[in-house]
Amino acid sequence: MTRRQRRTAAVVVLVAGVAAATALAVTAFRKNMMYFYTPSDLAARDVPVSAVMDLGGLVEPGTLKHGTGLAIRFMMTDCHHQMPVAYDGVLPDLFREGQGVVATGHLNADGTFVASRILAKHDSSYMPPNVARQVKAAELQGRKDCAAFKTLGDKAMTAARDAP
Amino acid sequence: MISELGHFALMLALGLALVQAGAPLIGYRRRQPRWLATAVSAAQAQFLAVVVAYACLTYAFVTCDFSVAYVAANDHTQLPLAYRISAVWGAHEGSLLLWVTVLAIWTLAVSLFNRRLPREIGALVLGVLGLISIGFLLFMLLTSDPFVRAYPVPAEGHGLNPVLQDPGLAMHPPMLYMGYVGFSVAFAFAIAALISGRLDTAWARWTRPWTTAAWMFLTLGITLGSWWAYNELGWGGWWFWDPVENASFMPWLAGTALVHSLAVTEKRGLLKSWTVLLAILTFSLSLLGTFLVRSGVLVSVHAFAEDPSRGLFVLCFLGVVVGTALLLFAWRAPKLVTEGEVRLVSREGLLLLNNAFLAACAGAVLLGTLYPLVIDALQLGKISVGPPYFNAVFAPLFVPLIVLVGFAAVLGWKRGRLRESLRRLRWPAAVAVLIAALLPLALVHRNTLAVAAGCLLGAWALATALAEIVRRLRGREWLPALAATSRSIWGMTAAHAGLGLWAIGVALALGFSAERDLRLAPGAMVNVAGYQFAFQGTEQVQGPNYSAQRGSVLVSYNGETIAQLHPEKRNYPAAGQVMTESAVSWNLARDLYVSLGSGYDDGSWSLRLYVKPGVRLIWLGGVLMFCGGLLAISDRRYRLAMRATAAVADEAVAA
Repeated sequence: MTRRQRRTAAVVVLVAGVAAATALAVTAFRKNMMYFYTPSDLAARDVPVSAVMDLGGLVEPGTLKHGTGLAIRFMMTDCHHQMPVAYDGVLPDLFREGQGVVATGHLNADGTFVASRILAKHDSSYMPPNVARQVKAAELQGRKDCAAFKTLGDKAMTAARDAP
Repeated sequence: MISELGHFALMLALGLALVQAGAPLIGYRRRQPRWLATAVSAAQAQFLAVVVAYACLTYAFVTCDFSVAYVAANDHTQLPLAYRISAVWGAHEGSLLLWVTVLAIWTLAVSLFNRRLPREIGALVLGVLGLISIGFLLFMLLTSDPFVRAYPVPAEGHGLNPVLQDPGLAMHPPMLYMGYVGFSVAFAFAIAALISGRLDTAWARWTRPWTTAAWMFLTLGITLGSWWAYNELGWGGWWFWDPVENASFMPWLAGTALVHSLAVTEKRGLLKSWTVLLAILTFSLSLLGTFLVRSGVLVSVHAFAEDPSRGLFVLCFLGVVVGTALLLFAWRAPKLVTEGEVRLVSREGLLLLNNAFLAACAGAVLLGTLYPLVIDALQLGKISVGPPYFNAVFAPLFVPLIVLVGFAAVLGWKRGRLRESLRRLRWPAAVAVLIAALLPLALVHRNTLAVAAGCLLGAWALATALAEIVRRLRGREWLPALAATSRSIWGMTAAHAGLGLWAIGVALALGFSAERDLRLAPGAMVNVAGYQFAFQGTEQVQGPNYSAQRGSVLVSYNGETIAQLHPEKRNYPAAGQVMTESAVSWNLARDLYVSLGSGYDDGSWSLRLYVKPGVRLIWLGGVLMFCGGLLAISDRRYRLAMRATAAVADEAVAA
C-alpha cells in the first residue's frame, strides 16, 4: 500500500469507528431515557402501560397503608391530581407523609404506579421542583385543599433560595 | 477578629494572584527576566495568604465561633473535633476555600520543583495558574464569602450534615480536589507551550509527572467516594452513575488518556497537538464538574449551592477559560505540529487506540450527563438517563481497552512485532483462562459465562502485568534485577494490575451479588446466598451527637458463626435528620452488608441483607492504581532530565 492508500484506510476506519460508537450511544440512549412526570402530567396524557419513568410528588397525609411484609400503598399528589403508588421494599430514611419523594417504576393496567425504587432526598424540606411549581400554581388559583402542603412548599422554596 | 483576618488574607491573596498572573505575561512580552522572576515570589506569597485564610476558618470551626454565618450553618458544639475540621469543606463556601487552597499548594509545588525549568516556561506556567486563582478568589469574594458575620449570633450551630460525618468522606473531597485542581498544572503547561511555541519531548517530560500526580489523586478521590457511598448511603451500591459521580469520572477518563498520550509525546515526539488539546479538555472537564456540582443544576447530596448567581459565575468562568484556551489552541497549534507516522502495530499505535476508546467513553458520559440538563433548560420536559444507558455504552468500550492493556509491555515503540508479542503472551493468556474458570468457583462455588468473561478480562490485565515482572527477573539475581527496573515500569505494571483487580471485582459483584430486602421480627432467621442472617432485635444507644437504634444481626455459614453485625439507625437532633449506618463484615472474597430500614409497631424491622462477592477488589484496584501513579512520578529519570535540560538552558542563557 502506498502512503496515501494507508492514510485513506485509516480515515475510513476512524469514520466507521466513530459512526459505530455514535450508533451505539444513541440506541442505548433512546432505550434508557426516563421521563420525569408529576401526577398531573400522567392525568393529562396517555402514558403507555409498563414504560419506565420517574414520578415525583408528595406523599398525601393519611393515605399510607402497610400490607404484609414490606409492601406499602400510598397516594402521591401534586395538589391537582393523585396517583396510587404501590411499593415493596425498604423505604428511605426521610420517607414520611407529607414528604416530597421521587419514585421510579411503571403504570400497571389498573392505573396504579408500581415503584421499583423510591428516593427521598437528604434535605428534609426537599420538594421536586415541578411539584413545587404545581403547589404554587394551586395557591395562586386560590385553592384551599393544598393548605397541608403550603407550609412545606414555602419552606422548600425558601430552602432552595437560602441553602448554604 | 480572626474571621476578619481570614477575609483580609483572601483579599491579599487576590492581589498577589494578580501579580502572579500579570508579571510573567508582561515580562514574557518585554523579555524582562526580573518580571519573570517575580512570579515565583508572588506564587509563594499567595500560598501563605491562602493558608492563613484557611487556618482562620478552621480556627473558627474548632472554637465554634457562631458569629460567622458559615460556621453557624455547619458546626455544632457537640460535633467531634475531627469532624469540626472536616466540616470546613462540608458546604459550598468552605469547599471553595479548599479548592483555592489546593490550587495554592499545587502552585507552590510548581514554584519549588520547577526552578530548573527554562525560566520563561516556569514563569508562564505560574502565570496561568495565577489567572485560574484570580477567577476562583473572585468567585469566593463576590458570591460566596465564608467569613460573612451572622447577626444576631446564634447560641448553637445548625450542625454538619450527618451524611458527611464519616471518615471516608472526611478524606474524599481533599483527594478529589487534589486531582481536579492538579490538572490545572497540565493545563498551565499546555498554555505555556502554546504561548512560547516550545512543544517538544522535553515539554512532555516536564508535564508528565504533574499529570500523573493529579491523576493518581483523582483516582484515590473517586475510590474513596465510592467506598463512602457504599457505607454511608445505606443502599450498598458502589457506583450509581449519578451526575455528580460522572462529573468526577469525566476528568478521570480524559486524564487517563492524557497520561498515555503524554507517553507518546515524550518518547516519540508524536501526537503533540492532540496531547495539548487533551490537557485543555481535561481541565475543562474538571471545571465543568465544579460547575455541575456547585451550581445546583443537579439535585443531589452534593449540590449545596442553589444560588443562580453562583452557577452563572462558574459558567461564565468556564466559558472564558475554555474559550480562550481553545482559541489559543486553534491559532497556535497548527504552527507547532511536526509530521510523523504512527503504525497501528506499535506501542504508539496501541496508545492511540487507548486514547480513542477513552475519549469515546468520556464523550458518552458527557452526553448522558448533559443531555437531561439541556432538555430541562429548553423546557422540553424533565428526563433522566439511568444506569442502563451508561452500562450499555460502557461495556463495549471498556472491554477492548482492557484487552489492549495486555499488550502494553510486550509491543515495542515504532514498529512492533505482532507475532513475537503474541508468542510472549501465550502464558499470561493461559493463566488468565485458568483464573477465570477457577476463581469464581473458589470464592462463591459457582460460575457463569458472563462472570467468567469479566474475570477473564481482569485476569488478563493482571497476568500480563505480572508476566512483565517475571520476564525481568528470569535468569537473573532477584534483587539487582528488581532494582534495575525503572520505577515508571513498576508504576505502569501496578496501575494495569489495579485495572485487572478492578475488573475482576466488578464482574464478581455484578454477577453474584445477592440482595434481600425484608421485614424481620426479632429472633427471625433468613438465608441469603448460603449465609444465615439471624436478627436479634434492636436496642437504644447514645452517641456523641446522636441517639440511635442499634440492631444486632448474627451471621453464620454452615452452622458456624462468622460475624456479629450492628447496623444503626441514627437520629441527629441538631440537624433534625435520620441516618442509616450500615454494618459490614468483609474480607477479600466477599462483603456481608446489613442496614436497617424502618421499625414497625410490633417490634419488627425492615432490613437490607446483602452478600457481595468481590467488592473489596474494586477499591483495592483503585488503590493499586494510585500506588502505580506514585511509583511512576518517583522515577529518577524526571529528576535527572530536569537537571539536564536546566543545564542546557543555562548554557544557552550564558552564551
